[in-house]
Parts: sequence; C-alpha cells; structure tokens
Amino acid sequence: MWKFHKWFERHSLILLIGILVVVSIGGLVQITPLFFIESTIERVQGVRPYTPLELAGRQIYIREGCYTCHSQMVRPLRDEVERYGHYSLAAESMYDHPFQWGSKRTGPDLARVGGRYSDEWHRAHMVDPRSVVPESVMPPYAFLERRDLDTSNMQAHLQANRVLRVPYTDEQLANANSDARAQAEPFGADAFDFEQRYPGVAIRDFDGQPNRVTEMDALIAYLQMLGAGVDFSTYQAEAPENLR
Amino acid sequence: MAEKIERDEVSGTDTTGHEWDGIKELDTPLPRWWLYVFYATIAASVIYWVLMPAWPLVNSYTPGLLNWSDRRNVAAEMQELRAARAPMFERLAAAGAADLANDPELQQFARAAGESVFGDNCQTCHGAGGAGAPGYPVLADDVWIWGGSMADIEHTLRVGIRSSHPETRISAMPAFGRDGLLTPQQIGDVTEYVISISAANARLQSDARAAGRGAQLYQEQCAACHGDTGAGDRTQGAPSLNDDVWLYGGSRAEIRRQIELGRAGVMPSWDHRFDAGTLRALAYYVHEMGGGEPDAPAVEPASGGTAPQGTVTPTSARAPAAPADAERIDAGQDRGGEANATR
Repeated sequence: MWKFHKWFERHSLILLIGILVVVSIGGLVQITPLFFIESTIERVQGVRPYTPLELAGRQIYIREGCYTCHSQMVRPLRDEVERYGHYSLAAESMYDHPFQWGSKRTGPDLARVGGRYSDEWHRAHMVDPRSVVPESVMPPYAFLERRDLDTSNMQAHLQANRVLRVPYTDEQLANANSDARAQAEPFGADAFDFEQRYPGVAIRDFDGQPNRVTEMDALIAYLQMLGAGVDFSTYQAEAPENLR
Repeated sequence: MAEKIERDEVSGTDTTGHEWDGIKELDTPLPRWWLYVFYATIAASVIYWVLMPAWPLVNSYTPGLLNWSDRRNVAAEMQELRAARAPMFERLAAAGAADLANDPELQQFARAAGESVFGDNCQTCHGAGGAGAPGYPVLADDVWIWGGSMADIEHTLRVGIRSSHPETRISAMPAFGRDGLLTPQQIGDVTEYVISISAANARLQSDARAAGRGAQLYQEQCAACHGDTGAGDRTQGAPSLNDDVWLYGGSRAEIRRQIELGRAGVMPSWDHRFDAGTLRALAYYVHEMGGGEPDAPAVEPASGGTAPQGTVTPTSARAPAAPADAERIDAGQDRGGEANATR
C-alpha cells in the first residue's frame, strides 16, 4: 500500500488527477453544506439589492482597489463591536458578488460607514484625505469628481447579478441605465419613477455637482448605504438560530 | 529506471531505489519527534471535532460538546461591559446640569466616555479636541451656530443638522451667486457690508462706499435670518456675522464665495447609534472643550428625565422594541442603561 506513491510520482497526469480529487473532497465537505445549512444566512429585514448607482460605485470601489486597505467585516470581537457597531452578518453581504470582506486594514473597516459622515465629508476626504484626517495615509482620488459616470452598461451589470440570484425585477433591469443617473438627480425627470422602483432609497446629489453624475456620486452613494440596512433594534442577535 | 534498493555505505541508510541519471535518493526515515508531533495533531483534531463545531451535516452541523459560539461569547462580553458601565451611564443619563456640576466623579466619567466616543466618531470632521475644519465648526471656541448649552449640544447630537432624522435641525442659505439671485456686483457690495459689520473689518478694511450700497441689500436678503445687525439667530441656525469666526473661511474671497454658494454642511443624527447616557457624556465632553454655555433654566429636564425636552419622542418611539433592545449587543447603540431604562 505504501508503495502507491511511486505510481503518482512517475505519472504527472495521475498526480494531477489525484490532486484534483483530494482538493475536491475538501471543497465538497467545506463549501457544499453551506448552501443547505439553514443558519448560514440569517433572516433579517432591511437588506436590499444595490441600486444601479450604488452598484456602479461598488465597481469603482473594486476598480480602485479600496479593498486592499479597507475591510468590510466587523468581526464578533468586543473591541470591534465597540468601535464599529454590530458585527457583520452574512445576510448583509448576500447580494455582494464578490463580497468585500477583505483581510487587510490599513484604513478603518467600512462595513458600517454608511450614514456616519456627510456626503461633503466623503467628497472632501476623497479629493484630499489629509484635509479632514491629518494623519491619513490614503491616496487622493480627486479625479473621481471629474469623471462622468459611465452608465451605459449598468443593465448588463444588473443582469449579471440577476444570474447570481439577486432579485432585480424586470422593470429595474429595463431602466438600469437611466436609474443610475436618476438617483443622483433629485429634480430630474426620472426621480419619481426611480423612487417607485427603489422605495426608501436616498435620492440626492452626492458630490456637490448638481449638473453632473460623476464617479464620485456613485462611490459616495455606495459608501452611504454600507451597513445601514439592517434594523438592529428588531434583529434578535441572541436568538438560538442566530448564534454560531 | 532501476528499482534496486541498496544500502548507502556512508550513512548506512537504504536508498529508495529510484535513480535518475545516476543520482540516487536516500530513504531516511522521518525524525521520531516530528512523527510524534504529527500523530499528536491528528489526535488533537479528533478532540477538536468532539468539542467544537466541526462537521457539516445535511442542513445543520455538529455543535460540539462545548457549544462554543463566537457570537454568544461577544454578546456575553458586551453584556458584562454594559453591566459594569450601566450604573454610571444611568446616573449620567438622569443627571441634570446641577447634578453634573456638583459631582466630580460623574464629571470624570463623562469626560472619559465622551472623549472615547468623540475620538471614534466626531474627530474625523470636527478635528482632535474640536479644532474644526473649513465647513466643520470649531467646537473648542465659544461661538455656536445652534446653541452651546448642554441641552442644545445634546439635541444637535440627537437629531443632527440637515440629517435624515425626522426632527433634524435644518436651515438653508440661498446660493445668491450660483442661482442668480444677486448680480456679482451686488454680491461684492454685500460682502463689503458683511465685513464692515464684523470683527474682520479690522484686518480686511471694508470699502465704505460698496458697504453703503450693500447695507440695503443686506436688510432685504440677509437680515431675516442673520438679524438686522448681523447678530445671527440660533433658533434658525444662522451664524453671527459680527464676530471674526467663519465656517467657510474668513478671507474676503471666502466670505464672498459663501454668499455665492450658500454652502450648508450635514451632521448625521446619532440618536440611533448611542444611548442616552453616551449622548450625555458626549455633550458634556463637547461642552467642556472650551465654550460651553450654561443651560437656560427652562430647557432643563424637569423630573430627572433621560433627555432634554423635545428629544424624548425618538426614544419612547422605540420603547415597544425594548425586549429586543435588551438583547441587542450593538455597543454603539446600547452601551449604557437605555435598555434598562425603558423596561
């Protein structure tokens, strides 16, 4: 029996298949059950799919590599809960493809940054981080407010998310491109329709340039909704089904 | 390839029998200590399976004998922390200005708690020690836009300024330049007049003729909020124009720019993030930064209530959720005794 290794050692194809089998067993045992275990994702209220503008902001967040310095995961540890708020729930990233939990914190965690600062603060901070946080080592992203947001492919983004089971309606899908602009134009022609499609979502000019929809608008819209969805006054953190 | 196991003369160990281009491989056994450590890790993993959550099942998992749960642990830790802090936070939430003034222990607690919360949440805009930044008021001076008493500060903390809170403090200055309400010439005149009635006149030397023309415009356009003499009006958040403290900068160009744009900042509401005790501590800390004003007697909470008048509604509106509140472990929202107080 112990002589089998010679067989693997001498035939690279057999070795490859052997590796695949072993890795698949690990994957099957670890990953597959998560799709069926009831408690993997908590039942919460308030988590909704991203609006097109927020989704565009998320793409910019990923494009600029924000995740290399910022995590989006408050761990269930006392000091983190004290600083950032309630620990992150799986449900809060159920519409994230891919998730942005991250494992590197050069900057602070952003899982609950939504509503914590004003839009103007975010704008100033993105343009020149040192102007509001003197000790910051974040690079400036001033160009975001000079670049118009490309909304021409938002429908494709929503479609891709729908394939991954994010529950966008047909109507949301059909209007994705115009909705991406509508959220940043409170007095625009589409604002009312947008509100019907995404009830309760903040509609405002995020970047202080009412006449333009820029990448800054998108990124701030995204940041301002992070972690603000779940109502923790009704969520029962210590109910047996929510403990793990 | 040769398959002959030989004994190596130098080391006295067998070879594996592999040979590549004349190179042979010794079949040296693993060191004993390494092997025992390896066996020990296997044994440890079995013990771990038994004690800790380990194996996924069809739609649940083995919880393990210890019934370990990170979430339960952090909940217990937070509960402990809350219990330890609750007596002081409850005292603080119930304390009036007079109680606080005569209680050094409570003052010390409020200062320490306030400083910690300020550092995590407020400092990013208002600067360390409340030093302020353009667009973010200095908290360490004695100039206040919405009022500098403990009750005023606490109310601002609760509802925010132009925030999403239903009772938010709100005011709006028109963008006289951007929206074309005044001509550039008129804005120049008003700028000179504003400088002339402010303490900045000493360093900026307003143009008397332009200021004369601006006086009339000021009475028409600005006096309703900023007052006839420019004293400001805290009830509507209109800053005083008589001092030399400027939210968006005090140069001639910066004053003009603000008349053109009517910029207005946003302060978030902290009502849902902090309980009454934490808000009181924060208000005390900000009040102590340098320019705190005494409370007007009428605004004092009358019967040892947990909040100043007019701010009780949000708290009591949440009262039905009290059982959930009590279980909640979000420190930011539930650090002190609010859950207890609402029971």
